[in-house]
Amino acid sequence: MKRGFDILFPVLLGVALLALWQWVVTAKQIPLYVLPPPLAIAEALINNFTSLMASLFATLRVTMEAFLAAMIAGVAVAVLFSQSRLAERVLYPYAVILQVTPVVAIAPLILIWIGFDRVETALVLIAALVAFFPILSNTTLGLKSADFNLMELMRLYGASRWQILWRLQLPSALPYLLGALKIAGGLALIGAVVAEFVAGSGTATGLAWRIVEAGNRLEIATMFAALGLLAALGVAIFAALSGVEYLLLRRWHESALKRPS
Amino acid sequence: MSLLTLTQVGKRFDNGTAALSGLSFGVAEGEFVSLLGPSGCGKSTALRLIAGLIAPDRGDIVWRGTRPEMGFVFQEPTLMPWADALTNARLPLDLNHLPRAEANDRAAAALARLGLKGFEAAYPRELSGGMKMRVSIARAMAARPKLLLMDEPFAALDEITRTGLNDDLLALTGQDNITVIFVTHSVMESAYLSSRVLVMSPRPGRITADIALSPGPHDRLSLEFAQAQRRIATALLEAA
Repeated sequence: MKRGFDILFPVLLGVALLALWQWVVTAKQIPLYVLPPPLAIAEALINNFTSLMASLFATLRVTMEAFLAAMIAGVAVAVLFSQSRLAERVLYPYAVILQVTPVVAIAPLILIWIGFDRVETALVLIAALVAFFPILSNTTLGLKSADFNLMELMRLYGASRWQILWRLQLPSALPYLLGALKIAGGLALIGAVVAEFVAGSGTATGLAWRIVEAGNRLEIATMFAALGLLAALGVAIFAALSGVEYLLLRRWHESALKRPS
Repeated sequence: MSLLTLTQVGKRFDNGTAALSGLSFGVAEGEFVSLLGPSGCGKSTALRLIAGLIAPDRGDIVWRGTRPEMGFVFQEPTLMPWADALTNARLPLDLNHLPRAEANDRAAAALARLGLKGFEAAYPRELSGGMKMRVSIARAMAARPKLLLMDEPFAALDEITRTGLNDDLLALTGQDNITVIFVTHSVMESAYLSSRVLVMSPRPGRITADIALSPGPHDRLSLEFAQAQRRIATALLEAA
């Protein structure tokens, strides 16, 4: 019952806001090139459905590849940091520099270095750079947060470094990693969009390019349709990662446990 | 003959705190020895030195023959929350690459001895505080230790659970002839469980009294038990 209300109320609010939007635009006769009404956006979505879907899948592919690359690299470097204090001291400042440098500023350089003939690789790299740091930072924290007494106990029983990492540190870091992945999923999408903007039309085929192209043609309804798809994609990524988090933590972690109300 | 002997052992931590100074005692095979002293006197440090988790700055820890198989039980149950009771109890066996079937059998048997038959698949969050501690003891017992080191294992438990666990511990260690070194704050617990109570001075810790008792369990309502408690409490007050 409660779950039904959890879904029903946000949907009702959304429908009400769309109706209000439609009414305001119609009543005030706001021009289409300033703010198209929801019905015009829906029409643009239907009319351009095939091409918008192709762009959606192009952005999704870049986002997923970037997300996977950031996850593998972030976890690998975090494991390195947890095993070697020296490696952490030497490399962590550079990871921070990479994080605080605006990706828009380095994206053109990456595109030049990798080349416009391999633009998708460049897009993936740029998006992965955006998503990398939260995974590194959270997983490092998680690996270091393993129960010290359990670690000592394992040492007493003759555990190797690898056994401690596999049986204790990685499971301890899992909630931290899953939290970071939810942030990184959204960041990978943002990175992919930024990278497509920087790459410009003609080289990228994703939703960001469709937004730029539609804006240039003053097809504002199509712009909104592409924007809506981007938002839906972001929500879908977040929901999928939340589902994975629930599946992996539901039996043991405080965050996933149901309590009597 | 002593299973292990500590001679003039000293330990100072990196922050300058001297935890132990001139700690000397021996433990014979099959003894149940309690280390009793005020908070911060170095009882837990002594236990970690014996376990080999830290090294002494001074003095010697000498074993008769090779170092025996050891089990360690902390004040907290220290279980893996992502693993069920069987997997937790199996941990030392898994770390030693015992075949899975044999490890499962041994861990299940250890859980059954601690009264947890039927709870093999339960996760720690599904167990009470006392049951979690039983899993922790089962994990130590599954490794079939010769020496069991226990660091205030029942301090966080209620009196009824604690009493039950005290009796079970004595039965298990008695059956398997396991030597126990048991750190506690409780005069009553040390008097009930121990065949010897070593009273420690405030930091830096050393032994100020070595009190021999008849092997436990003792009748809690007997005059002998009351007298033992009095001897221990007096030694503790003198040490402070």
